[in-house]
Amino acid sequence: MKRYLVFLAWLAATALPVRAAEQVTSFTLDNGMDVVVIEDHRAPVVTHMVWYRAGSADETPGVSGVAHFLEHLLFKGTDTLKPGEFSERVAANGGTDNAFTSNDFTGYFQRVANDRLEQMMAMEADRMVNLRLSEADILTERDVIIEERNQRTENSPGALMREQMNAALYMNHPYSVPIIGWRHEMERLTLPDALAYYQEFYAPNNAILVVAGDVWPDEVKALADKYYGVIPANPDLPERVRTTEPRHLAERRLIMRDARVAQPYVTRSYLAQERDPGAQREAAALTLLAEVLGGGVTSVLSEKLQFERQILVYSGAFYRGVSLDRTSFDLTVVPVPGVSLQEAEDAMDQVITEFLETGVDEGQLARIKTQMRASEIYARDSVDGMANRYGRALSSGLTIEDVMAWPDIVQSITSDEVMAAARTVFDRNKSVTGWLMSDTEVSK
Amino acid sequence: MIRFVLTIVAFLAAVPALAEIKIKEVTSPGGITAWLVEEHSIPFVALELQWRGGTTLDPEGKTGVTNLMMGLLEEGSGELDSRAFAREVEELAASFSYRGYRDAVTVSARFLTENRDASVSLLRKSIIEPSFPDEAIERVRGQVLSIIRSDLSDPSEIASQSFNRLAFGDHPYANPTNGYEDTVAALTRDDIVAAHQAVMAKDNLFVGVVGDITEAELGAMLDDLLGDLPETSAPPPTRAEVAFEGGTTVVEFDTPQSVAIFGHEGLKRDDPDFFAAYLLNQILGGSGFDSRLMTEVREKRGLTYGVYSFLVPMDHAELYMGQVSSANDRVAEAIEVIRVEWARMAENGLTDEELAKAKSYLTGAYPLRFDGNGAIASILVGMQAEGLPLDYVATRNDKVNAVTLDDVNRVARELLRPEKLHFVVVGKPEGV
Repeated sequence: MKRYLVFLAWLAATALPVRAAEQVTSFTLDNGMDVVVIEDHRAPVVTHMVWYRAGSADETPGVSGVAHFLEHLLFKGTDTLKPGEFSERVAANGGTDNAFTSNDFTGYFQRVANDRLEQMMAMEADRMVNLRLSEADILTERDVIIEERNQRTENSPGALMREQMNAALYMNHPYSVPIIGWRHEMERLTLPDALAYYQEFYAPNNAILVVAGDVWPDEVKALADKYYGVIPANPDLPERVRTTEPRHLAERRLIMRDARVAQPYVTRSYLAQERDPGAQREAAALTLLAEVLGGGVTSVLSEKLQFERQILVYSGAFYRGVSLDRTSFDLTVVPVPGVSLQEAEDAMDQVITEFLETGVDEGQLARIKTQMRASEIYARDSVDGMANRYGRALSSGLTIEDVMAWPDIVQSITSDEVMAAARTVFDRNKSVTGWLMSDTEVSK
Repeated sequence: MIRFVLTIVAFLAAVPALAEIKIKEVTSPGGITAWLVEEHSIPFVALELQWRGGTTLDPEGKTGVTNLMMGLLEEGSGELDSRAFAREVEELAASFSYRGYRDAVTVSARFLTENRDASVSLLRKSIIEPSFPDEAIERVRGQVLSIIRSDLSDPSEIASQSFNRLAFGDHPYANPTNGYEDTVAALTRDDIVAAHQAVMAKDNLFVGVVGDITEAELGAMLDDLLGDLPETSAPPPTRAEVAFEGGTTVVEFDTPQSVAIFGHEGLKRDDPDFFAAYLLNQILGGSGFDSRLMTEVREKRGLTYGVYSFLVPMDHAELYMGQVSSANDRVAEAIEVIRVEWARMAENGLTDEELAKAKSYLTGAYPLRFDGNGAIASILVGMQAEGLPLDYVATRNDKVNAVTLDDVNRVARELLRPEKLHFVVVGKPEGV
């Protein structure tokens, strides 16, 4: 029983490493737009994506959610496309399209037959600079994003607690603000707010084009030059400098009570080193550490607390290394009935303490590395997955070389490095612990 | 508008040919049949096994047993306990997943060419010789109970379970696949062993294989892996009657956004009108941003983040369903708009232009489904379970294109029953 549905959303956010095989080509257009081509000629299909190096953490204070709001508004028409016509045309081509916003990036994609690539590029290039919005469009769409927040966050106690935990983990950095926005600020977002963000960040020299599937690099280069290459760079593109965290001197603890909670749990987030260009070893060690501690039934937490002491129904450790700034290392424990959250948390801490003393089991580390090496083979089965990895990494401050080097770096990490990373990351002063419980529960 | 219509005509003429997917039927020396697509460019195999039956085979009072059984297959076999089994899977860098659905249980596996024999041998242990140790039963039971409790706090899950109870009354379809707290708590090891024998047999098995393997290799593998399954599975349940009439049922739950699931009777997958209904649904509330429901409820009024309708042909009943989520003070309006659109479609049907649009999308999107070995293996199994022929992939788009406007609009009148549409609303809806 590996699946534990409640936590799937967190698992999905964990980045898997990928081997950049020969089929990846990259180049930069004259205006500064980066291009990555990933070839997979098994089926005549292509995924066309544009990633902007701009996400919620690049917003101006006070307009939280505007990056995501703008993402919705990009479907509302340009000089040549009516509102909604973008997606209509993709569908008329038998394609699917959508978009996504994160802390560090905003991305748009279409999946179509490969002979439709040119039309997708023409439309995506058009909305990079020619967006035309009316006041009416934005009012209705603001209601839509508030309903989206209702669906994703307000209706889920776990999602609400995650928001509170991020706000406590980051004391000065914009990762403290939810990607979708704080509701009271979303309700007041305006057309000028959205356009200001658009004009500041949507430009070819702030974008990455990823084309993956049954295409050839020369053909992509010619089309990219024709459609994206003619858009002037934005000379005023700001440098991506964000406020940084002060020293963290005190652990933070949250207790969230919500009548809707039927399964209480404890979760802890530690501030953690991210993957940086040319410096990925600590992040690679943390990636392995998460697997060692909480990656499945053979992991340390599961072994000690689900099998030996049998006081948890579930345990997990999560780390996402692809992030422009400091990321988090997260632990979650779900106690069996009759075991309190305090007991579950104490047991978790005891396991961590013992682990820091005894160290990594070399056999376990070797098995995890074997799986990671195999995941590079399996990853080649999903060209979309490959496209996402490159887009995500490049829009989060990494280079193609970093992505290509990553699998070998992970394989080269020693148990000493895993333990050194563990000793650094498990600093309670840099952590937030959250208890999620129903409002009738007694916190012992 | 003229430009748009003309463009569509051009697209229809230019729908791309499907990548050549050569499906072969392979029968093992021992008589087990599989559908195979050879794909040697990546050194691994995706294997999909599906047994018809699923959680509907749970005996009376044992609701949840099939799901618990599936969760226990990887928890020990012979001398291997849960952790030893998991360590072997890790060493081989294979991946096995076991799932229980209403009408089927599935095992999805992928393994590297270099470890194929050892991986198949390990997978066999879990499928043929699971030991169901008591320790594992208690631990996994605890996990299932935890999931059942968590579902009680998820408005979508509450809506779905409430809808099924209303729709299906005493039939097993009324039950959640995970079971109930009391039935799961009472399950014994004997119940689990019986469930294993009831659902995993040869006479209800479908096999799809895609990847780095030849016909001859597959034949031998099938016998090794599946040859020792029992011959026959438990008899299927009787047909389910869809019990409810039109109306609205509110399930009070204190949460800011109401979740509504709605539906009435649908039609069978092998109904001659299925493609007409499929095209109809694409325009009414299918995928994409430009369905009528999305346009009216989201784009024009901002009442929701998403609203969809979908055909649900099951083995023993058919539904036509939909879902929407909207703030408690706005959900009444969302429901009203959906009812109006349902009735408008029943009365007036589609336009020629809408039908062309739906055909263009569905035929163009079909090849995009075949993206990767795992996805294709699932499609192969689905085709067999639905009784489709080997050449279906090549003819499917012709069937879509053959549907006429008269067909679709007749089906709209027959299938859509605005007066029968029942909404289950979970939340604190105002004015519902």
